[in-house]
Amino acid sequence: MATDALIGVLALQGDVVEHIAALQRTGARATAVKTPADLARVAALVVPGGESTTVMKLLDRFRLSRPIVERTRAGMPLWGTCMGMIVAAHAVVDLDQPTLDLIDITVRRNAFGRQNESAELDLEIPALGPAPYPAVFIRAPWIERMGPEVELLAERDGHGVMVREANVLATSFHPELTGDPRVHAYFLDMVERYTRQGKVLGAA
Amino acid sequence: MESTGTPTVKRGLAQMLKGGVIMDVVTPEHALIAQEAGAVAVMALERIPADIRAAGGVARMSSIELIQSIMDAVTIPVMAKVRIGHFAEAQVLQMLGIDYIDESEVLTPADERYHVDKHAFTTPFVCGARDLGEALRRIAEGAAMIRSKGEAGSGNIVEAVRHMRAIGDAIRDLSVAPKEELVARARDLGAPLELVKQVAQDGKLPVVLFCAGGVSTPADAALMMQLGAEGIFVGSGIFKSKDPKRFAKAIVDATTHFEDPKVVLEASRSLGTSEAMPGLDVRTLSEGELMATRGN
Repeated sequence: MATDALIGVLALQGDVVEHIAALQRTGARATAVKTPADLARVAALVVPGGESTTVMKLLDRFRLSRPIVERTRAGMPLWGTCMGMIVAAHAVVDLDQPTLDLIDITVRRNAFGRQNESAELDLEIPALGPAPYPAVFIRAPWIERMGPEVELLAERDGHGVMVREANVLATSFHPELTGDPRVHAYFLDMVERYTRQGKVLGAA
Repeated sequence: MESTGTPTVKRGLAQMLKGGVIMDVVTPEHALIAQEAGAVAVMALERIPADIRAAGGVARMSSIELIQSIMDAVTIPVMAKVRIGHFAEAQVLQMLGIDYIDESEVLTPADERYHVDKHAFTTPFVCGARDLGEALRRIAEGAAMIRSKGEAGSGNIVEAVRHMRAIGDAIRDLSVAPKEELVARARDLGAPLELVKQVAQDGKLPVVLFCAGGVSTPADAALMMQLGAEGIFVGSGIFKSKDPKRFAKAIVDATTHFEDPKVVLEASRSLGTSEAMPGLDVRTLSEGELMATRGN
């Protein structure tokens, strides 16, 4: 479903241009978000792949944590990929790492291993149709615990790797690195529904 | 079916590091300072380039115990260096489970003619380049990430600027070159035609391009990012400065907001009166002292 909403991609660090290009290929308008003023212009936010340890520090340093939390709790659609899943999670297993606590999941970092275990594989994602999805996992997290309101959309080796709770979507893998537009389309569909329901609050 | 070590996952990790700073560290304590400052990865080595330069002799892959202790200390990816052409050092690092291997001119080359066949590895490689031809030769060998060479350990940005401009200029030239010129251009660059065609079409390298060599201040980082680097390696610039914690954080901030002089000003101001690392005039270095000219 098409949306004319402007989608932001958090641009403190990570694979930002890949997400912007994938969103544009999927028919959306997309822009980089580096400041609170940038955030105020967008109707939804993608938190891309990157280093979660780094980006959590930069979010605080450049005063983006609070407005992102406030907007998302007020209904702004948010999608985190890999690092973005960790940033959005309630907590990280075995690490005293701060997160934004936007979705009721606890994640394990580098759960499948270090870089040598990074892999491409076909993933069953029933919500996207019968054709398997070409998923790219890079030093990826998995979901170790999820709350009752969280919908499991895909798993790998018995662990959740794609979940959704209301306006928040999280994937362990990187749809922005493949040519398959279905996860981006799924998110845009979420954005369209939340926009239509008038639930995107706080946009300037 | 799971496929590991594919070009997508090897190049992909470099894509996740974009916009970030990778710092040379020689102890787990340094690694924690780097991580706390916001580094996206660390390069584990026994001596930073300025000290390798001072020590002379043969510089080799660092001790495994040191690299392991740094891997255990931080959650961000850890890279380590091997000598140019030393594929057995690379095999050891791959077995150790390092996240990225730097086939580096900072160490003493093991092979004067050939680089490592990087396609043979699951672990991704980053390699240095002074110009587009060198970058494409490394990519043809399987490098999943390219960095400028600069002149490591010099504290002097001039060589990195030369290399970034050379790569950028050559890419811009190719992107407007008529199709019939591409074979001759590939010959002149000393690079495979397929890669030359790809660069001509995309107007960019097929892998991520970072700057390395000589970055010592927040403004140096902002300069290189505005010249087209997608991220920054800092070798001696942090731990040879008078206040590594502040320098590390200031260089991260300036890299993140490289296009915003207000942030670069604040980052520069945050250094107070602490001094950057001492620099070298690279024109006074003899041929044998230059690191950038190692490799081909």
